[in-house]
Amino acid sequence: MNINIKDLRFTYSTGLEALKGISLTINPGEQVAIVGQNGAGKTTLVRHFNGLLKPTSGTVSIGEWETTKYPTAKLASRVGYVFQNPDEQLFSRDVLTEVSFGPKNLGYEKSKADELVKRAMALTELHDKTETNPYDLSPTWRKMVALASIIAMDTPIIIFDEPTTGQDAVNVGRIANVIAELKREGKTVITITHDIDFCAENFERIIALAKGQVVLDGSARDVLGQEEILAQTYVDPPQLTRLGKQLGLRETVTNQEEFLKAIS
Amino acid sequence: MAFVNLQNVTYKYPLTEKPVLQNLSLQIQEGEFVSVIGPNGAGKSTLCYALAGFVPHFFKGEINGEIEVDGKKSSQSTLDEWVLNVGLAFQNPFNQISGAKYTVFEEIAFGLENIGVPRDEMKKRVEDAMSLTGISDLADRSPYSLSGGQQQRVALTSILVMRPRLLVLDEPTSQMDPIGTREVFGVVRKMAEEGMTVVMVEHKVEWIANFADRVIALKEGQILLEGTPSEVLTSDILVENGFGVSRYTSVAREAKKQGLWKKEKLPVTLIEAMEGFKRDA
Repeated sequence: MNINIKDLRFTYSTGLEALKGISLTINPGEQVAIVGQNGAGKTTLVRHFNGLLKPTSGTVSIGEWETTKYPTAKLASRVGYVFQNPDEQLFSRDVLTEVSFGPKNLGYEKSKADELVKRAMALTELHDKTETNPYDLSPTWRKMVALASIIAMDTPIIIFDEPTTGQDAVNVGRIANVIAELKREGKTVITITHDIDFCAENFERIIALAKGQVVLDGSARDVLGQEEILAQTYVDPPQLTRLGKQLGLRETVTNQEEFLKAIS
Repeated sequence: MAFVNLQNVTYKYPLTEKPVLQNLSLQIQEGEFVSVIGPNGAGKSTLCYALAGFVPHFFKGEINGEIEVDGKKSSQSTLDEWVLNVGLAFQNPFNQISGAKYTVFEEIAFGLENIGVPRDEMKKRVEDAMSLTGISDLADRSPYSLSGGQQQRVALTSILVMRPRLLVLDEPTSQMDPIGTREVFGVVRKMAEEGMTVVMVEHKVEWIANFADRVIALKEGQILLEGTPSEVLTSDILVENGFGVSRYTSVAREAKKQGLWKKEKLPVTLIEAMEGFKRDA
């Protein structure tokens, strides 16, 4: 299912113009990272995908559905959105109820819903926490509950808003596994992130936003090699990309494997 | 005598079974910039709360051992005395913002209002603090209309403006872009140069290596390792214990196995990595 964005502009009621004419197509099954400075419009952009925000002008379509013509409750069957702060989305008494809420609301048959919940819990390694109150868990695990509750909805498109914020190395690894599994299942995964090393290691396509506009859009290697334009978006290239540049390597390297190959 | 002194601190929250801090002892000198790293659940935030007096005064629970800042014992102080010396910026800025103020400017003035700072001085201190952290242009915005990274800057500023002697920061850059992160580390370094003592929990090891004086690696409520950033952050013990390390360190560790890294010591920063890899390139 495509996401089609045509000349999207959005102005908040305060008069702040957060998006200034964005046109993009995101294809089914793509793994896209959105990077850029705080306040660049990243969250504002993705909140248009499930209709939490509606364009001031221009259009956003999810498949053939234009978001202004469908309520968020309906769009939720196509686009799952994991908030930056899990505390903004968790409300149930226990983890199992929380994770079951989405699929139940989307009207899956009980057996299908149970299966989806089970799979989401396994993927996020929550199976031993089913009866725990989400707010008795550490922020790390609350984040995993938020992830699971959206994954369980089995939407073709899933958005993660800064999934690795405040996560340790082990948990960042878990989140990378979740993304890899969703990719195998053919889902479209869109992630907002400041963790550019994580971005380089897990995403094929990178979109860089600055001041409400797209300044770079392409393969990870092409985008991350554009040091000067990236600097305008307040994004540093990944550590190994910077190291490769400093060492005068001809090719842009984005991960350990590429780096070691290039210097050997 | 150290400015911050923790002696055999063991602490258990009211409803947890296991102590979160286990017989932890730690000394920090005045003006030192100490960074605390560790996996989730290691007790980093609890350590911050203990330094800031929230543990045990706010959270209750059982505490043993002694926490001293500037010669004063936490056990013999009240929280409102304690906060005059120690400022804590929360891990999640949403939890810190008062909800009682309409603008960023007022939010940052909130603490000063509470301790009765004269109006003119208050205005000047708020303006200075906002300019230091680069948020002067957000002064009239609502704290709730800001992005996560902007809110984090507001949370940090509202603590800095109090001019605490001990500044405790719990992942202050987690939602910030890389430039914001660098700026915050720069500001914090400057504060330390001016004599403020800083304890900062962080995951971003490259920046810790560039700015902190000392690194403490915490695991299961105990100190696993401590020393200079370079000593701690290149240690194999970190990898074995699930800590995050810089990509420079991991790539050099792998390169060493393949004979592509010739130095004894592994790099943490870009410059160290460049120097070590240069002759092979």
